[in-house]
Order: sequence, then structure tokens, then C-alpha cells
Amino acid sequence: MFDLLATGAKMAVWMTVLLSVTPVMVWVERRGAALIQDRLGPNRVGPLGLFQSLADAVKLLFKEDIATLESDKFLYTLAPMLAVVPALTTFVVIPFGPDIEVAGRPVSLLVSEAETGALLLLALASLGVYSLVMAGYSANNKYSLMGAVRASAQMISYELALALSVVAALVPVGSLRLDHVVSYQQGTWWGFLPHWNLFPQFIGFLVFLIASFAETNRLPFDLPEAESELVAGYHTEYSSMKFSLFFMGEYMSMATLSILASTLFLGGWHLPGLDYSGWWVTAATTGLLVLMAKAALFLLLFVWVRWTFPRFRFDQLLRLGWKVLLPLAIANLVLVAALTVSGVL
Amino acid sequence: MEWADFTAGRTGDLHGRAIREMTNTTNTRRDTLFDVEEMELNFGPQHPSTHGVLRLKLKVDGERIVDCYPIIGYLHRGTEKLFELHPFFQNVPHTDRLDYVAAATNNLAYVGAVEKLIGLVVPPRARYIRTILCELQRISSHLLWLATHAIDIGAMTPFFYCFREREIILDLFEEYCGARLTLNCMRPGGQPFDLPVGWGERCAEFLDDFPSKIDEYEGLLTNNRIWKKRTVGVGVLPADLAQEYGVTGPMLRASGVQWDIRKAMPYEAYGDVEFDIPVTYNGDTYDRYLVRMEEMRQSVRIVEQCLDKLPDGLIMAKSPRVLKAPKQSDAYFSIEGPKGEIGFYLVGDGTPNPHRCRVRAPSFMNLQVVPILAKDQLLADMVAVLGTTDIVLGEVDR
Repeated sequence: MFDLLATGAKMAVWMTVLLSVTPVMVWVERRGAALIQDRLGPNRVGPLGLFQSLADAVKLLFKEDIATLESDKFLYTLAPMLAVVPALTTFVVIPFGPDIEVAGRPVSLLVSEAETGALLLLALASLGVYSLVMAGYSANNKYSLMGAVRASAQMISYELALALSVVAALVPVGSLRLDHVVSYQQGTWWGFLPHWNLFPQFIGFLVFLIASFAETNRLPFDLPEAESELVAGYHTEYSSMKFSLFFMGEYMSMATLSILASTLFLGGWHLPGLDYSGWWVTAATTGLLVLMAKAALFLLLFVWVRWTFPRFRFDQLLRLGWKVLLPLAIANLVLVAALTVSGVL
Repeated sequence: MEWADFTAGRTGDLHGRAIREMTNTTNTRRDTLFDVEEMELNFGPQHPSTHGVLRLKLKVDGERIVDCYPIIGYLHRGTEKLFELHPFFQNVPHTDRLDYVAAATNNLAYVGAVEKLIGLVVPPRARYIRTILCELQRISSHLLWLATHAIDIGAMTPFFYCFREREIILDLFEEYCGARLTLNCMRPGGQPFDLPVGWGERCAEFLDDFPSKIDEYEGLLTNNRIWKKRTVGVGVLPADLAQEYGVTGPMLRASGVQWDIRKAMPYEAYGDVEFDIPVTYNGDTYDRYLVRMEEMRQSVRIVEQCLDKLPDGLIMAKSPRVLKAPKQSDAYFSIEGPKGEIGFYLVGDGTPNPHRCRVRAPSFMNLQVVPILAKDQLLADMVAVLGTTDIVLGEVDR
């Protein structure tokens, strides 16, 4: 019973984080874009326009839910549901705090202590592409279809590089569990440099970062929904809540990948110099806040890049994936493996 | 043609590519593992990047464009016929609605044709004011082009920067003639208004500031690797092809032909001011971008000089109340608009109305090469090509 409650509480924490990330990020994105573009951005609803996302959510809820006549209704409805699944499930293997003791019982702040940790995560994250392909296929619109084709090609090309950079981060740890990855990254080098994977695996970090832009369909890799070419790509025919599920899925997977990047390369919830030994509530909160702060850096980077760069072309995107990122990821993996075997890492 | 061949041929062998496109070689794909079916795709008229109501019937093989067939006429209003129904004076507002983002140059081409037909001599001050208005209009038109072209290629931010500056120009127009878009700011024989008090200073203030803003746009795009990847070698237009199709304006100059009516046949005050005609030689989307950026800088130079040299005197020629063209007369007058040569051919029959009017619209001529440039390109390139052509459908359809 205690375990069940503990797991429920941990899931509640994650769900709160992930479900609140969309409105907050939409606000950050719109205000950030306005800042970059020399304009004001939303500022009418609530202080600084903070409730704009709420207003938009209400608006979307009351919009007419349209399905094209010729669409495959089953897949058409299933696709937006699937869009949020990977983002809402991958968190199970990501730790958000130290092992704590509640009422005399040890609790690790990790929903599932599966030994396959990172593998499970990659498997769940890969499900994302199915929703895009289904959405593009079922809507029976040529632009949607092209978006779906682009999405599948893009996901396959970039998931490999992404997975290989994740694997490289796991190699020196010797475990697939992400809580082990975090505990491996505790401590410092020479007393000042945090013992983060970021430093020895900088190439892997960059590959992960670039691939995660492609994974989340963000500019400069937003080809599946490139609005100037494909109208809205795979979600051209979606409206109302179905559309907003895709929208939420994009922001939640951005958040998930940012949290994953922080966990793999920036030491996760741990920050050298912070005390995690106190009361369990403080320890857990500190861990969560540190993790969120690190993830916020990546999220801001997502926003910054989106409003600065043009979009790649489809063939350039694939070439970058297969000819640049994949070899780099492999080289990084070999390098890390050699360093690990020789005992440097 | 396979993907690898297709993409390998992109960077080099530009002229060869163009010839291949011209000779209309059908490229059959070599892989026979799967049946290949070409898809017909309706691009527009309601599509975010057709710049209005252009419709393109595309035949695509995956992402590659096999065939492209533009369909125009969704914005046809019978403007040329409308000209016949109104006296010469009343036709100026119709010209605003041709290239609706560059009304001043349309006005000038039309009133120039009327003046030529009737034989009116425009006072020098009016000529200078016209030059100032036209060059400001060129800047604002190029800003709008850059804004939408950048969005076509996926960069959203330049759009807002360009509109920020365009707003100032529109404010200047508003102060001059009361309108921001459909200016109606010229009359046959001269200018309806003199420059308002302090207008010149406000304009000069903008001109001082503007070159640094161009640097800002260029900072975002010119050396951006993604921007270059998307534009260098894309939509190459060889000079001979451009001339055959009657392409004019920045499109032609980016292909290496130094042809600018402002220099070749100076009208209004262009003979009195110093400016350069930017020319580049690759004829690709990137070069067209560079040409237009430089043209904005040159326009700033022209307006500055015009403001300095602005002569005193009348702004309207002495002309009869009702303008009547001589019997069996005709005149063609063309100027260098922001998009190319815009010209009006008028036939007079002794009445106050033109007997016939024909508009040589640069967008219409330039649009003709889009199918050639888009052929064998990827869908994303076609959007870039369409953007770089800088068409305005009000002018294409008339």
C-alpha cells in the first residue's frame, strides 16, 4: 500500500510538471518570440498575459471538431491520442531527486526502477512517430500525407543518432538505469568542474541536442508541419481538441527531451554544492527544482533557435542526419568506450 | 533521375541544369522495385505561401516537382477595361490596385503614359517628389518581399523587423497623401500636394537609420548557413532565358544583365542623382536576395540626394480642366518598378477617356519562368522560387 501511494505521488509530480509545461511554455514561447521580434506578445489576459494559454485552451475546447468526410475515422481519432503518449510515459524512468526516507521507509524518486531504464525510454519515445504517420495518412489530405512521409523519414534518421548519443552517455556508467547515470555524474573533477557527461562527451551532447530538435519537429527541422510548404503538414485537417493534443504533445516532448538532456549530460537533479541530506520534502523539492532549472535552459534554447533560423530542406535534413550526425554519434560512442575501457572515465 | 543524381547535380553544372530544364527532358526513375506513381497536388489558391491567390497545379514524384502549371485569374477585376470607362484623371486609383504593395510606381507609370500621350511637361519639383515617393515605395516593396520570402524559407523573425521599418515608410506616405497602401499620390501633369512641412526631415531621419536596419536583416540571413543552403543554386535563371521570357527587374539583374530603366532611359529625377545598379551573375535565389538588399541601400542614396536637391517651384503643370488625348494617338511609358519594368500603353481617340489601355505588369512576365525554375526541384525549393520571384497577384491578374 505504501509503495502504491509512493508511486502514485511520484507520478502525480511528473504529471503536474508535464501538464503545466504546455501552458507555461506557450507563454514563454510567445513572449520570447515577441522579445526577439521587437514586439509585445500576449499581454491582455492576466498579468503579463500569463493566462493567455488558458484562454486559448478554452477557445480550442469550444471549437468545432471537424473530420474530413473521406478520413479513416479510427486512425484519425487515435493519432492525436498517441501524440501525447510518448511524452506522458517516458518520464517513468527519469529520476527527479535523491533516494529519500519517508516514514522510515526508503523511497527512490523514480517511478519505475526497471533495469532497462534508458531502453524503455527510447522505445516509448519512438512511438511518437506513429501518431504523426497515422495522422497524416488517415486525414486523406495530400499535404498531410507528405507531412507524414517527411515525419517518418526524419524520425528514423534522427532517432538513430539520438539513441547512439544516449548509449554513449550510458557506457561509462555501466547501467541502463538513469538514476545510476545521475549518481555517476555526482562529484567534481579537480574540485571545480562538475563531473557531468557534458564535458567528456561534448560531441555526443551536441548530437543529442540537434537530434532532439528533429525529434520534436522544431525549427530548423519542423519539416513535417512546415507551414509555408505543407500548410500545416500532418495536422492540416485537425481542429479543436484533437489539434491541441498535437500541440501539447510537441511541447511535452520538448520538455521530456530537455529533462532527459539534463539527466544524461548535466547531472540531472544533482548540483554540486547543494545539500540533499535534509528533510525528505526539502530534498525532493530541491532535486525537482534543480532538474527543472536545467531543463528550462534547454527549453529556452528551443525557443531561441526557433525564432532565429530558417528551415532546412528535406534532403538536406536527411543528409545531415545520416552523413553528419550518425558518424559523429558513432565516433563519440567509440571514443567514450575507449576512454571507459582505458579507465579515464 | 534518382535522388542521389538529383542532389549531386545541385551545386555544380548550373547552366547544364537550366538547359536540361529547357529541353524538357522527362526524367524516368531508374528503380523498378516499386511502381512509381506521380501525385497531382493543388498548390493554392488558398495556401500560405502563394503570395495571394495564385494556384499551381503540381505533379509531384514524392517531394520532387515533375511539372508545374500556374493558373491565374482569381483576382481578375478587368482593370484594363475599367480604364476605358473613366477619364484620365480618374484612372489613377485603379493603378493603385495593380501592384498593391507598390502603388506609387504604378501611379507614376500611368501618369507618365498620360503625360506622354497628351504632351504635358511636369515641373521639376514634382519630378523630384515623384522620385522620392517611388524610391520609398521601392524600399517598402522590397521589405515586404524580404519579409514574406524569409517566412517562405522558414525564418519568421525578419518578417517583423521588415514590417517595423515598412510601417515608418507607410507613415510617411500617410502624411504626404493621406493613404498608406493605395496612395493615389500622382496626377497627370504633376503632384496633387507639396511635401508637408517637416516631412523632409522626418524622411531624412528614417534614411539615416535605415541602413543599420538593413545590416540587421543581413546579420540574420546573409551568412546564415541554413539560409545559404536553401537559396544558393536554387532556381537558377540563366541570363538568356530571362531575356527570352521578358523577365525584368531584380530577377534579371541577378542573372547578370545590367538593365535598369532608371539608368537606361532616365525619367523624372533619376538623371540628376548618382546611384549604382547592383548586378550579380549566378542568377540563383541567393543572388536575387543580394540584389534586392543592395537596391534598398541604393534607394536610400537616391532619396537622400533628391531631398538635398529638391528644387522650388510649381508642382503641377498648366493643363486643361479636362484632359483629352489627340485623335488616333498612342503612347507607351514604362518605369523601373520594384518588381521590374511596369509600363502602360494608352491609346487615345479624342475623348477624355483612354480608348484602350494595356498594362505591362512585371509580376506577370516574371511569373512565366516559375514553372521552368520549379521543374525538378523539391517542393521546398519551389516555395523559395515563388518567393524570390516577388509576384503580386493584383498585378498578374489585373
